[in-house]
Amino acid sequence: MAETPKPEEIARIDHKAPLWEGWMNRPVDIRPGIYCYAANPKNVEAVGMPNARQWNPVDEDWKLPENWQEIFIEGFKDRLGKFRSLKLFMDICVRCGACADKCHFFIGSGDPKNMPVMRAELLRSVYRKYFTTGGRILGLLAGARGLTDEVLKDIWYYLYQCTECRRCSVFCPYGIDTAEVTILGRELTNLLGLNTDWIQAPVANCYRTGNHLGIQPHAYKDMIDFFVDEIEEVTGVKVEPSFNRKGAEILFITPSGDVFADPGTYTAMGYLILFHYLQDQGLDITWSTYASEGGNFGYFTSHEMAKRLNAKMYAEAKRLGVKWILGGECGHMWRVINQYMDTFNGPADFLEEPVSPITGTKFENAKGTKMVHIVEFTADLIKNNKLKLDPSRNDNLVVTFHDSCNPARGMGFFEEPRYIIKNVCNNFYDMPPSTIREQTFCCGSGAGLNAGEDMELRMRGGLPRANAVKYVHEKYGVNMLACICAIDRAVLPNLMEYWVPEVDVTGVHEMVGNALILDGEKERTTNLRGEPLPGMEEEEDV
Amino acid sequence: MNFILGIIIALIGVAGVILIPWIGVGAFDMRILFGIVVPYAAMATFFVGIIVRVIGWARSPVPFRIPTTAGQQWSFPWIKPNRIDNPRSTGGVIVRMLFEVLTFRSLFRNTRLEYRSAEGGPKIDYEWEKWLWLAALAFHYSFLVIFLRHFRFFTEPIPGFVHLLESLDGFLQLGVLPVSGLGVPSVYVTDMLLLLALLYLFVRRIYISQVRYVSLPADYFPLLLILALGTTGVLMRYFIRVDITAVKTLALGLFKLSPKAPEGIGVIFYIHLFVLSVLVAYFPFSKLMHFMGVFLSPTRNLSNNSRMVRHVNPWNYPVKVHTYEAYEDEFREHMIEAGLPVEKMPEKPAEQEGESSEGEEKE
Amino acid sequence: MYDGWKIIVGLIVCLAFFTFPFFYDAGKAAKAPEPVLTPKAKEAKECVAPGAYMKRYHMQLLEDWRNTAVRGGERYYDTGNPTWHLRVMDKIADATASAGERLYKSVERKVYYKSLQVTCMDCHSNKSKFCDQCHNYMGIAPYCWECHIEPEEKK
Repeated sequence: MAETPKPEEIARIDHKAPLWEGWMNRPVDIRPGIYCYAANPKNVEAVGMPNARQWNPVDEDWKLPENWQEIFIEGFKDRLGKFRSLKLFMDICVRCGACADKCHFFIGSGDPKNMPVMRAELLRSVYRKYFTTGGRILGLLAGARGLTDEVLKDIWYYLYQCTECRRCSVFCPYGIDTAEVTILGRELTNLLGLNTDWIQAPVANCYRTGNHLGIQPHAYKDMIDFFVDEIEEVTGVKVEPSFNRKGAEILFITPSGDVFADPGTYTAMGYLILFHYLQDQGLDITWSTYASEGGNFGYFTSHEMAKRLNAKMYAEAKRLGVKWILGGECGHMWRVINQYMDTFNGPADFLEEPVSPITGTKFENAKGTKMVHIVEFTADLIKNNKLKLDPSRNDNLVVTFHDSCNPARGMGFFEEPRYIIKNVCNNFYDMPPSTIREQTFCCGSGAGLNAGEDMELRMRGGLPRANAVKYVHEKYGVNMLACICAIDRAVLPNLMEYWVPEVDVTGVHEMVGNALILDGEKERTTNLRGEPLPGMEEEEDV
Repeated sequence: MNFILGIIIALIGVAGVILIPWIGVGAFDMRILFGIVVPYAAMATFFVGIIVRVIGWARSPVPFRIPTTAGQQWSFPWIKPNRIDNPRSTGGVIVRMLFEVLTFRSLFRNTRLEYRSAEGGPKIDYEWEKWLWLAALAFHYSFLVIFLRHFRFFTEPIPGFVHLLESLDGFLQLGVLPVSGLGVPSVYVTDMLLLLALLYLFVRRIYISQVRYVSLPADYFPLLLILALGTTGVLMRYFIRVDITAVKTLALGLFKLSPKAPEGIGVIFYIHLFVLSVLVAYFPFSKLMHFMGVFLSPTRNLSNNSRMVRHVNPWNYPVKVHTYEAYEDEFREHMIEAGLPVEKMPEKPAEQEGESSEGEEKE
Repeated sequence: MYDGWKIIVGLIVCLAFFTFPFFYDAGKAAKAPEPVLTPKAKEAKECVAPGAYMKRYHMQLLEDWRNTAVRGGERYYDTGNPTWHLRVMDKIADATASAGERLYKSVERKVYYKSLQVTCMDCHSNKSKFCDQCHNYMGIAPYCWECHIEPEEKK
């Protein structure tokens, strides 16, 4: 694994593009620390994706199938016919450059091929060569490139340096969405077996065990049981989650990252505490070990794989006979649920329009998909005064909120999380406007780039986000970065440690769990992390 | 290919476009060709080309509802939704599209990265940057007004809106300049705006390193072509005037389908007309199609209601999924041991079901 | 086709916009203007500058007259000493003309009194049949008559 350079080294970035050298013949330099390892063939085969083999991105020979150009071009043609977005985005870009400096990877790397327009141009150059008359005849003069090994490597390298965050598409005067280009471009690379293992392993796991981490049902239950003990230790209350329970009213699905790794685990505890609190008020909810993944790494390989993994949500809801589905805090999971799920695997006519059993609120915005975001659910509870909260328990926190790309630009989820945060803690400060809400910066590790081997890329891509956190850290003393995304919770701690070491990361429902006053709880002295609550520091020392 | 080469290629192209009619009409008096045949051919290419391209886009479906939500979603009555940037209904979409098409709303959001290395980490700012938006707006609206003003050549009698535009556009009377003979007739604001905006767009394409890097000959060419169009037009109006009644006779002839190419129109008119013809014929094959494409952009023209109403993908097909049955078959023993409910109790306790038997097809 | 009717309506609107001149007053043949010379103008044969120049640039000449006469006090125009504009235009006439045309044959040397009303409108006393013919055809409203009095026309 490549040594990650020091922050001072990474921060020396020149954003000037080369003056004399054009991009079309510039050979690609695949650098360690930037790319993710190739997929293990067994993970590709496990889900029946084509051309599984051992290969290595830094090798000269990628062991491509013999007719790989044909596969690529045919696949391209097929997708042009299936996606108006692709066709349009190939055709209408005027290269105005408005998107150029909006991408976190460009800001953090200065690599001109990380400009969104350039990323798409790499694919467009092939499009022009094979699908436009001008490109066929004029070649390079028309910006058209034949599909050579070099060109394929160029395309591959930069498709896997995009987190599909869609920030560029906010600024594009025609709404050209690089995420869409990346998604479909990655589909093409996957036709050639050019998958990365950090994506393909979770896909294979999720397909078989129901979650990315490959946690088998009994282990999944074990982990939650462990949280139950932890919660009892902190609150003195024993929560009683149920699993795969038929006849429950609501099925709860959350990213498996929350069950597996800190600080996501504390968010999972937050869910458990909230569900227990509401039990007496009539909440009838179950977890599932089969649909034990909210996230969808299939979405980072192909639409088809996304659909195959997503199918479990409705299938399990149908099997258990629940009325509707509640979804945990997750980023791309919610892009998929909001913009794809019903189309993929709907209609969900076996479910009912979601109604909060506690407040009676109809979630009309979810009446088709029948899946409600837990942040919507909780915000509604707070608005209706259904939760007894003690925000002072979070007084040691000065919080800012990171809008995750997907709920931000694929959903428009801005006020609900802020409303909860403001009710469960007393110190909240937003980052500057050009770095939040629809203009939010990516964590730098989304879309399957949260591996270990591409740490340099991640630290570079996360720089704009970290820089904005640093700003509020210095100005308001912010020490906690809240988010509603499991990938964020997994990667932002690294990012913060690298750029702003004084700031930690939390899920919104971890703070809810800490603030929520349970019936019959003991006096809490620590938060869910086992750290002393404000004012309890001394007692802890005793 | 670097930018110099790109500009040179585009320049050669535009120079050719200027020279061809200059020689053709100036030396060989090919008025019929350049005054009638070429304009008709160009118009036909334009109309057919646009239709073919747009129908080509229309033949691909929009399988998923992927609007870029640039504002608060519609959720609870107590949270104010952004009905324009995150539209829930067709009405919102229409307003969003109107803002997008008429005011370039997305481009208005533009900022400029200001990156400085400093003690204790970089300083990153996102600075005010509306020049691109302003120049784009000035260019497109000037072009529109100029096009509409040209209706005085295309129509007889001249519709009222042309007079209105002319009087608004021509409010500058530069006849008071010390040099007499210039600035008459009255100077149109849009003429100057168009040329200034084009110059700005051209200069920024070369000056801003990132834009320079991505620019292709196909970016310089239309810019220079429109610059040539505007320049010949301005020259013709203010400096090298032509017999405009004859021009109108020619133009009307084209539109009334009784084409004539009268004598005595200066060659500069034919250059202007040929540049326009090339631009118009080039249009459907180029990035200029953004003019139609912006209306079809699925990140802008769809409402964010896919959690309320099912969006149908016409090519949705059944995919292979790992069913619960297959899952339980693999993990049944463990599940029972962990106290998780199962669908099927094993008949023989020791029975081991086959290795994850794949599930059936499912829509 | 997907979203067919919406896209077709859009296309039709777009094409209607661009083809508007084809349909506007379609069928009616437009009459080209025929400015009429008065007998006096015919008799004079020549204007203050070559006819082809006057056709294109009379406004420039009038502008020059206004500036030099009203503001500079030079009341007489000697055709042997033409305006700078005429001289320049004559020089570039070859390069800007269509094949075979040579625009600006010089006129007989003569001195004119610089006046729209007294000189120009003396010959061209038929404003409606001379000036207005082309001005109306081209939709031009010259601001001459904001200050000057239109000549009375004998019917």
